[in-house]
Amino acid sequence: MNIRRIFALAYKETLQIWRDPRSLAIALLMPLMQMTLLGYGVSLDIKHVPVCVYDQENNQQTRGIIGDIVSSGWFSISRTLTRQVGIRHAMDRGDCIAAIVIPANFSRRLASTGSAPVQAILDATDVNTTNIAIGYLQGAIGEINAGIDAQWAAAHGIQPSQIGQVDLVQSTWFNETLDSRNFIIPGVVAVILALVGAQLTSLTIAREWERGTMEQLISTPVTALEVMLGKLIPYFVVGLVDAVFCLAAAAWWFKVPFRGSIMTLFVTTALFILVVLDIGYLISVRIRSQLGASQVALLITLLPTTLLSGYTFPIDQMPAPIRALTFIVYPRYYVTILRAIFLKGSGLADLWAPSLGLLIYAVIVIWLAARAFQKRLD
Amino acid sequence: MNAAAPAIIAEGLTKRFQTFTAVDHLDLRIEKGEIAGFIGPNGAGKSTTIRMLCGLLRPSEGHALVAGFDVGQQPEAVREHIGYMSQKFSLYGDLTVRENLRFFGGIYRVARSDMEERTRFAITMAGLQGREDALVRTLAGGWKQRLALGCAILHRPPILFLDEPTSGVEPEARRRFWDLIHDLAAGGVTILVSTHYMDEAEYCNRIALIDRGRLVAMGTPGQLRSRHLGGDLFEISCTPLGAAGQALKDAPGVIDAAIFGDKLHVVLVPGGLDSTTLPGFLQDHGISVQAMRTVAPSLEDVFVQMVSGHHGEQGAP
Repeated sequence: MNIRRIFALAYKETLQIWRDPRSLAIALLMPLMQMTLLGYGVSLDIKHVPVCVYDQENNQQTRGIIGDIVSSGWFSISRTLTRQVGIRHAMDRGDCIAAIVIPANFSRRLASTGSAPVQAILDATDVNTTNIAIGYLQGAIGEINAGIDAQWAAAHGIQPSQIGQVDLVQSTWFNETLDSRNFIIPGVVAVILALVGAQLTSLTIAREWERGTMEQLISTPVTALEVMLGKLIPYFVVGLVDAVFCLAAAAWWFKVPFRGSIMTLFVTTALFILVVLDIGYLISVRIRSQLGASQVALLITLLPTTLLSGYTFPIDQMPAPIRALTFIVYPRYYVTILRAIFLKGSGLADLWAPSLGLLIYAVIVIWLAARAFQKRLD
Repeated sequence: MNAAAPAIIAEGLTKRFQTFTAVDHLDLRIEKGEIAGFIGPNGAGKSTTIRMLCGLLRPSEGHALVAGFDVGQQPEAVREHIGYMSQKFSLYGDLTVRENLRFFGGIYRVARSDMEERTRFAITMAGLQGREDALVRTLAGGWKQRLALGCAILHRPPILFLDEPTSGVEPEARRRFWDLIHDLAAGGVTILVSTHYMDEAEYCNRIALIDRGRLVAMGTPGQLRSRHLGGDLFEISCTPLGAAGQALKDAPGVIDAAIFGDKLHVVLVPGGLDSTTLPGFLQDHGISVQAMRTVAPSLEDVFVQMVSGHHGEQGAP
């Protein structure tokens, strides 16, 4: 291995990247664009669920209850109905995904028995949203119940404490606001770097084959390892710049709390970028056309990364065979690492397992890539 | 590698791609300081042979030594001693003249103290003074080819492989390129150059005629002209040409008769028709003969005859 040759290759590659401003712009702006799209697009929270209200009684008390539900912030009333059939129409038209029906005798039953039903009708075509809406609705009704209990107790001359209310106090750690964005954004960063990184290097060898420059290069005494290192160095810098863009956007734009150390973040991110670039390089060595290499890179990074990295779908909820499969999906390690650094402030000592996973991956991929490059035409 | 050893030796060199045999048991011996020309039609196996000698393709059979190293076993040692210009232009178009030279200088580990002088030499040789900072893709064909040569010899290799270096280059630039090749050979560099321009064959010390993967003939241009035609060449002006050719094909003493432009080229051996009896023979066949004279065969005559003869052999039952 000769430093001079590696430097010559790295310098040449840098000039080529620099002279192709369109590709450079794509390499640097794409991640930011994807960050915005995925960061805003992928949120598991729903706010302002459209609901229809059919208040059969429509007095001060029932209007108060509806007001309480709306003021929770999760719902907004899209229509107020006066007939039962209106619910079906509203749902068919997609005006609401939930309807709240308050029966005509609501106040009377509440006063006499201390309990009265409120009906919620849900459009379950989107099960995910429906489940979340039910959760919010239960929460809102719970609040209202507590108020009513207190009133009822007061009216009957009993102290609220005497009827033995059980309060469930939930406590959430790390993501106190329970904002799913804090959980998802670090995953988005990992997904974007995995996609962009492999794209960056997937073209580098294929381009030389297509332009005919490879035949000249392999007729020289340059070694496969020198070619790999020389070509990866400039892309490593581009990859790091991309990582800085994405991580800065996560911390400052999306306001994901950052509690870890920059050093831990740098070491693990550098390792991840190395793996990602080498995977692209490996593809490039194998497939001698730019178009083919780029498509294979997209295919083999996109699906596993989005589905199996745990960035949206929790890995521990997957069936055992699929869970086993996720160990070869390298972004899963970085997703775990990023979340822990951002939200828990974990250091390298805490993150040894996923870091080791990445390291092993890096060694294997570098070994494969260095071997795969043959200085032969046949 | 001792001083008397040939620069390139190939024995039974063969390359098969699946069922197609591109190079078929080729034997070759090229001495140091020679300019050896590979001549042959497209698809004859010239490029495949050169690529095997550069260690870029693995021989299917046989072996070859370049600068004393086995191309199959020690390709890296071979690469240290050669310069190669591939058929397709292969410098970096998005780099400047100077950047390309610097890149190959780095790859070949040319001593830094020598870089300045060799870069200047290459730029002068290519005639690119004043255009050092031009992007290579903006250069015209002749300059590109000379720069590619400059890059291939930056490390002063003792052996140079040039695969159709002048294809697509205008005649004036081709002549200049051959001047450079001769200068290099005068400096002791062994050069194996392939071409499909027949006129360029005359510039080589020795010529290897290759057809269908086989070495058909090898020798100096002079040797090939006299030896391989197999007789004396006559040029006959007569009408009609086609009938004359037919009549002479089976005539005694005629080993070849072919139309060449608006004349007939006939090769005669002693013992049959000769320069005095031939006009009469043609007139007996109703052909009017205007003139007949001896001509010195061009290499093209030789190649046409040899390649067609070779194909004839192949076609025979």
